Amino acid sequence: MTEGPGHLLQRRALLLAGSALALPARAQQPRPFGVGLVTQADDERYGPQALQKGYPDAPGGRSAPAAEIALNDSLVLLRLVGWTEARLHAAEAATAAEVPAALRRLQQQGVRHVVLELPAGGVVAAASAGLDLVLFNAAAPDDALRAAQCAVRLLHTLPSHAMQMDAIAQLLAARKWSRPLVLFGPLPGDQLLRTAFQRSAKRFGLKPVAERPFKLSNDPRERDLGNVRLLTADREYDAVVVLDADGEFARDVPYRTVLPRPVMGSNGETAQAWSPYHERYGAPQLSRRFLRRAQRPMTSYDWATWMAVRTAAEVTGTFPHADSAQQLQALRQGAVAVDGYKGQRLTYRGWDGQLRQPLLLAHGNGVSDVAPFEGFLHPRTALDTLGFDEPESGCRNR
Amino acid sequence: MRAWQQLELALAAAVLAAGVHAKDTGRVFVSSEKDNALAVIDAARGEVIASHPLCKRPRHMQLSPDRTQLLVACSDDHRVVVWDIAANKVVARLDVGEDPEMFDLSPDGRMLYVSNEEDSELTAFDLGARKKTFAVKVGGEPEGVKVSADGKLVYVTSEVASTVHVIDVATRKVVKDIPVGKRPRRFLLAGGELWVSSELDASVSIIRTSDHSVQATVRFLPQGMRSEDVTPVGMALSPDGRTAYVGLGRAHHVAVVDVASRQVKGYVLAGKRAWGLAVSRDGKRLYVANGLSDDLTIVDTPSLKATRTLRVGRVPHTVVVDD
Repeated sequence: MTEGPGHLLQRRALLLAGSALALPARAQQPRPFGVGLVTQADDERYGPQALQKGYPDAPGGRSAPAAEIALNDSLVLLRLVGWTEARLHAAEAATAAEVPAALRRLQQQGVRHVVLELPAGGVVAAASAGLDLVLFNAAAPDDALRAAQCAVRLLHTLPSHAMQMDAIAQLLAARKWSRPLVLFGPLPGDQLLRTAFQRSAKRFGLKPVAERPFKLSNDPRERDLGNVRLLTADREYDAVVVLDADGEFARDVPYRTVLPRPVMGSNGETAQAWSPYHERYGAPQLSRRFLRRAQRPMTSYDWATWMAVRTAAEVTGTFPHADSAQQLQALRQGAVAVDGYKGQRLTYRGWDGQLRQPLLLAHGNGVSDVAPFEGFLHPRTALDTLGFDEPESGCRNR
Repeated sequence: MRAWQQLELALAAAVLAAGVHAKDTGRVFVSSEKDNALAVIDAARGEVIASHPLCKRPRHMQLSPDRTQLLVACSDDHRVVVWDIAANKVVARLDVGEDPEMFDLSPDGRMLYVSNEEDSELTAFDLGARKKTFAVKVGGEPEGVKVSADGKLVYVTSEVASTVHVIDVATRKVVKDIPVGKRPRRFLLAGGELWVSSELDASVSIIRTSDHSVQATVRFLPQGMRSEDVTPVGMALSPDGRTAYVGLGRAHHVAVVDVASRQVKGYVLAGKRAWGLAVSRDGKRLYVANGLSDDLTIVDTPSLKATRTLRVGRVPHTVVVDD
């Protein structure tokens, strides 16, 4: 960044155009409902190179259009409780260290709900800033944010790694592909995925034939790490689970395995919060609205932002006089449900603030299945078969 | 043998004659969203007798007041088409605006009110002049449309806003917003009550039409089901007005509700995502379109038992009975 410290925070306030609704005019002062959206300039996932690669279930761009759609979708509800319009307040922090300052600026603008489009480090900085805000993590799938690093003010709309891997494990178990071959990379992010998959495999009774490290390399001296055919030369396996947080290696795994087996995890079939190709439960309507506004397909990250803003509006509409702590309590108790266009009412888990939700098992341009799969049972709701359930949660700050 | 043949000829002639008037044909029509077709069922035999190519993504259907024509919302054609039952063909295409899903006719049959999902509008269309007369902005994803018995008001649900908008036809304005359960879908007028199904609230809200206040909420939970699987959409009323049937979507059942006491009397098992409902004029048969199993369940209402299941094309949406 070449700008001075005063310009580290780039702020925009967007007045939504949807206020043309011909509802009865109530003579009153303008009273805008504001939601904040914080981004981090050094988040490489949103850099032009990463966006161009278009790896499965990666961000497709910044999610502000999704937030605007959600505010538009919420206007009728907000007006019923006295708000006159809805605004999105966007703030960009240069690094994770700048996130608390960005939050304070938003707070000064009267914002009480902030969507965090941040990597895990930024989310931790936001949650530990000690501000009286309702925070929605919409871009960091890390399990630690829902466990050791959890915070009372922090909710999560993006599915966690554990939820994604449980969905993949349910798929394997449902298909009786219980002996997968697991390939994992050397990056810290790959290790997070590996830990999550190991937990899921145990949970759903999978017995991987091998867990094998891979490395992006054309070096003949380490070709056993970089060559997919050598990595998949086992005599038998039901599927290949490739765990690659970056995505470059995983892209070259499908159709290159020695045995003709399906690939899943970070490529092939992936467990996603959203797919623009999902056809059920009104999903195409939301995807179409997003495409029209953003001129690109809607991704899981856009959905997570949209969901966060819908939640902020829904809890404000339902409990207009509640303070942030009471709103958080209501959300964590399931007193407010939100419609995520995935066929069910969605609520937040009381123990770690994670939004319960079905996950779409998506490939290329389709959705093959929706997890939880039929037959995976739970005493309260089948959605809690995905991710850390109450007894296993490592979150202490509830 | 000869006499029997003569009888059969006479019968065929009678059927043809009836076909010219095309009224009370004894047929059941089902729109198929993904086959772009209209399935035709012989109600007496309980068999599919034809499937006609219709338009792109046909959804809601309704008979014209004289029952000779079927109006069909063709969402992906952005039109409502008029299907002539006798001629078995489309005789008119009405440009009613983007993505029409549900509609209703004014009691005199002159006006068509249609929800345009894409533009979040209710469009009023003059069927005589064949043109749009006005549009009213409503909340996101408008769906169910119902005209009041006197034709003066139009009710529209907004799925996104979980609201029923009350629109005054004379002033062309929203005069009231009634908050109801999440994702309100369809309406049923039962006497002085307006029933609204809420897909994500496992319930039906009952609104008193005299003052537009919510009087009651009927909740559904078939045995062994979880509340999140109960996703009510389509509803139908028995001809005597005493019994309402509510399709419970992913709970695969239809709820049978006593209108006067608002008590659920029982549940009938249908197919996957039971959502489009219609009752025969004698009230003895209930037809249920199952959106996820591509079939139609025929329920014998005196015994509340499903008697037959027919394949009716991919993603059946609406059932119309012309018996």
